[in-house]
Amino acid sequence: MGAQKKGAARVSEDPDDLARQPLQAILLADSFATKFRPITLERPKVLLPLVNIPMINYTLAWLESAGVAEVFVFCCAHSRQVIDYLENSEWYSQPNFSVKTIESHHSISAGDALRLIYERNVIHGDFVLISGDTVSNMSLTQALQEHKDRKKKDDKAVMTMIIKQSKPSPITHQSRLGTDELFMAIDPNTKQLLYYEETADHSKGTICLDKMLLAENPSISVHNDKQDCYIDICSPEVLSLFTDNFDYQHLRRHFVKGLLLDDIMGYKIYTHEIHSSYAARIDNYRSYDIVSKDIIQRWTYPYVPDVKFCGNRATKLERQGMYRASEIVQSRSAQVGPFTVIGYSTRIGSNTKISNSVIGEGCTIGSNVLIEGSYIWDNVTIEDGCELRHAILCNGVVMKAGSVLKPGVVLSFKVVIGEHFVVPAYSKVSLLPQPTVEDSDEELEYADSSSGTVELSSIQGTVDQSNGKISESSEVHKSELGTGGVGYIWATSEGGHEEEWRHSVAPIPADKLAEITQAVNDDQELVTQDGTVLTPAGEFVSDTNSNVSLDDDNEDSKDDSVYFEKEVEATFLRAVEENVKVDLVILEVNSLRLSYNMTSADCAGAIFYSMMKLALKTPHSSASELQRNVANVITTWQKLLKSYLPDIDEEIEVILKFEEMCLESAKDFSPLFARILHVLYDKEILQEDAILRWADEKEDADESDKVFVKQSEKLIQWLREASEEED
Amino acid sequence: MDFQVVVLAGGTSKELSPLVSKEVPKALLPVANRPVLSYVLELLELNNLKDVIVVVEGEDAALRVGGWISGAYVDRLHVEVAAVPEDVGTAGAIRAIAHHLTATDVLVVSGDLVSDVPPGAVAAAHRRHDAVVTAMLCSVPVSGPSESGSSGPKDKTKKPGRYNIIGMDPTKQFLLYIATGAGIEKDTRIQKSILRAAGQMDIRSDLMDAHMYAFKRSVLQEVLDQKDKFHSLKQDVLPYLVRSQMRSELFLNGAPQAVQADEIGRDKVGSQSNHMMQSQILANASMPSFHELYSYGPNGSAPVRRTHKCCAYIASNNKYCVRLNSIQSFMDINRDVIGEANHLSGYSLSAQNNIIHPSAELGSKTTVGPHCMLGEGSQMGDKCSVKRSVIGRHCRIGSNVKVVNSVVMNHVTIGDGCSIQGSVVCSNVQLQERVTLKDCQVGAGYVVSAGCEYKGESLARKEK
Repeated sequence: MGAQKKGAARVSEDPDDLARQPLQAILLADSFATKFRPITLERPKVLLPLVNIPMINYTLAWLESAGVAEVFVFCCAHSRQVIDYLENSEWYSQPNFSVKTIESHHSISAGDALRLIYERNVIHGDFVLISGDTVSNMSLTQALQEHKDRKKKDDKAVMTMIIKQSKPSPITHQSRLGTDELFMAIDPNTKQLLYYEETADHSKGTICLDKMLLAENPSISVHNDKQDCYIDICSPEVLSLFTDNFDYQHLRRHFVKGLLLDDIMGYKIYTHEIHSSYAARIDNYRSYDIVSKDIIQRWTYPYVPDVKFCGNRATKLERQGMYRASEIVQSRSAQVGPFTVIGYSTRIGSNTKISNSVIGEGCTIGSNVLIEGSYIWDNVTIEDGCELRHAILCNGVVMKAGSVLKPGVVLSFKVVIGEHFVVPAYSKVSLLPQPTVEDSDEELEYADSSSGTVELSSIQGTVDQSNGKISESSEVHKSELGTGGVGYIWATSEGGHEEEWRHSVAPIPADKLAEITQAVNDDQELVTQDGTVLTPAGEFVSDTNSNVSLDDDNEDSKDDSVYFEKEVEATFLRAVEENVKVDLVILEVNSLRLSYNMTSADCAGAIFYSMMKLALKTPHSSASELQRNVANVITTWQKLLKSYLPDIDEEIEVILKFEEMCLESAKDFSPLFARILHVLYDKEILQEDAILRWADEKEDADESDKVFVKQSEKLIQWLREASEEED
Repeated sequence: MDFQVVVLAGGTSKELSPLVSKEVPKALLPVANRPVLSYVLELLELNNLKDVIVVVEGEDAALRVGGWISGAYVDRLHVEVAAVPEDVGTAGAIRAIAHHLTATDVLVVSGDLVSDVPPGAVAAAHRRHDAVVTAMLCSVPVSGPSESGSSGPKDKTKKPGRYNIIGMDPTKQFLLYIATGAGIEKDTRIQKSILRAAGQMDIRSDLMDAHMYAFKRSVLQEVLDQKDKFHSLKQDVLPYLVRSQMRSELFLNGAPQAVQADEIGRDKVGSQSNHMMQSQILANASMPSFHELYSYGPNGSAPVRRTHKCCAYIASNNKYCVRLNSIQSFMDINRDVIGEANHLSGYSLSAQNNIIHPSAELGSKTTVGPHCMLGEGSQMGDKCSVKRSVIGRHCRIGSNVKVVNSVVMNHVTIGDGCSIQGSVVCSNVQLQERVTLKDCQVGAGYVVSAGCEYKGESLARKEK
């Protein structure tokens, strides 16, 4: 038997060849996200210290111990800094472990990165795909073996995803690491991943499994209690898949979803659950906080401060989880609490209390300072009487005497907080002004890299050049951070202040929790009301099933039409702004129409809606001015609208849409209804037949429904007479 | 046990025509020469559930069923027979007899269930979790359709399985999702809230709701009162209870507002403190279920949400559990109870693996194969062959007759040279010489004239 197997293996040499290949890894040293701004404007995320050691070291140390022989570090934003750091580190001189860097300035997403790596043709076998902000101590052996075995049997099994048990909070719908809750469907026998959803969209109360899924698998487990570790074991096909599908950007949102939805190629993703070992990715400030605590509490052993794994300074573990490096000068009266790390040659003044915090090297902390749950990096000066709770202070920050940081504050490099200044909760302070050019949401995701680097190198130059200059500029912004303060408080992004607590270093305050609990309850009620998850008793008809199903379908299409309308509106507005040619707009709307499977009546309705919205938005002071706006818009875009009005039915749809607008979203139009109708008639957008048919249809309607018919009675009358005359 | 049992025996179901008729309601269809209802009643008796209400659709049918029960089960069970109008649905049937229900919990069993899954175990699971409903689930039978009514015998060729889509928690004790009927043909939509509470849900399409439910009586009545449109327990009431378990709407009126979450649904009548103790002891035996965890606020504060539990009892694979709700299943069950599931019929097999009543007469060179049954007083001529078939009482069968994979009921006369394959021949039918039937159903009292050949047809007398 054994001999036979060997013989067989020799014939098909490939799989064994792959097994003998040294294991490779791709480490993405760029998160392609902006969650760590403003810090990441000045330093790449992978070099940010995590318990006094730059994050990338945890990842590299784990890769080395897991048996990876060759790591390609993909650098994008601040690539120079990453490369310089690695060149000066000991990673370049390890035996049996080679670290190579790949630099790119154009990649704006993980997808771009992998496409570039594919072009370089450096990956020859299975590889580990990981981002440089991952901390783990798991053993890869088993997962790797499983992956290889599967691959031998089925060459479509291209990826194994590492997952871990972690139940998100039922209240905030967030995992412990501050990431959005994740819904996965996994085949319990084969561990194949069948469904993956990590959207923060809480509006949908249900997840929807395709019926084909259940037809093929008699048993499926749907999980809400797993966490994605963002460690993937991939076959080389993954890279080519990224190249084939040039629109794949995000590893999960595009790639994983794409593979799951695509049943033509039939590529499969599997999961491997780890139980006793640690794996977590630092995705946001919350996970930074949580992972730091896990490291201090030694869940990540051997990657803990008192074990030298990457040339970190000797640190001793004392009782109660206190780690102290050498040369610390500490006043007798200072109280340093449990689970605290204090870096090399830091000075701590008298009566200072520190607990659950990490303090870097060369910091100077004055007297009567209170530090709780904070992360203080290197060379920070904290003067007497300051108070900090749950804050992050980057290198070189100076807190003048008596200043206070409320929970959730992030102070980027070299910020100076003025005397007795109180920084409000969740503020982000940086020497760099907040970038103002934030295009669309989509771009924001990847913006960090390209726009960041250029702008930064110049600014950084100025920062480093002369302190004088800074103080000069700070004079202007003096008010912002108190007397002597230097830096800008960033305005919270559109997401709003409300969402800030979700990803902050600070724990979620209790009152917030109570508030959300309430909201969640209300939410659920809402979901049940309009989601037809629970049809109210009254609507139940004896033939329940078919009835509910109908509702469901309606619900779907309704959703779709809302999205469709929004998309059309966005397209239209963009067209207006950028002066896009009508033909091109028609092309775009047509493609939207196809993708949403809408009729031309829907298009007409949506376009008309957007036009009226535009007219409404154009500043106007009186009704007549508004009417003029409408006339203008209609004149400019009549060709567009006309192209979706092949028939009377569509025209009636437009009238109905207009009526609906007048009643609901844009009441301003309601007094003008008849006049605008007339305009539409004059511009030959509506034929008289359409108007008359509409009036006829409304004949039997409720009185309330007839308001606008009455309003336009004159016009209708006139049209009727005209048509009779013609006859 | 304070359990009342309701057996829904149905009436003269249309799917089973021409097998059922006014004279033979569904409950009295013979399975291995015993009315199908007797299987349920004996199963209940075996589990010491003796307080039974049999609900029959239609007065006539009720009279017939009642007559039979009073003859067969006098002194053994305390059975009441109640008649309800036809087409009220299972929910309507319970509504109609609600005033008879007094016990804390009600076990509702379909009268067409042929099974050896102990209802006592279902009742125990129900009590253990203090659930509002416990449904018995069994694995999907290997052959034959179907969802009651939705598909006729035509769908025979459909691949087995897919009666329900059922979601359960990882411990397989709680029911989190259920789709029946038309729902299973669509995409499955799962409420996130339930998933959040439970963490994990195993979705199975290889299980079937066997229509044996334990309900908390008060809850059942409340739901039926409030939702007067609910027609079927299986398709309306159970899915409703499962869907709303994380946001129970039960007892919002009537009971005081400050009811403890785990006290919801507890019957106010009876020795409450005693009951409390008991359920607490039982509850402590296991980890608190996610329902309790979910119902409490963030810091274990007072319960903020009302929940109720829907449990499932999964019959083990070696148990037999099939419902007689189609002609195909009628044949399957008949074949099974004299075959592999013969312990259900109560007959013991002979050395040839068949059951031949001592009073039956066989002609020369007549063979009766294994897994066959020949009823009392039946006579067979020469050179006959019977394979995997049931033949009822007092049948007269001529010579050279072949009966394969068929069911022949009582007092049937079969002429010489007939061949019957895969068919059901009801009582008092007369088959004249050389009749060939393949996959046919012949209604009671029908006469098939000599030499006819039928394939896949349903033959019945015209209703008078």
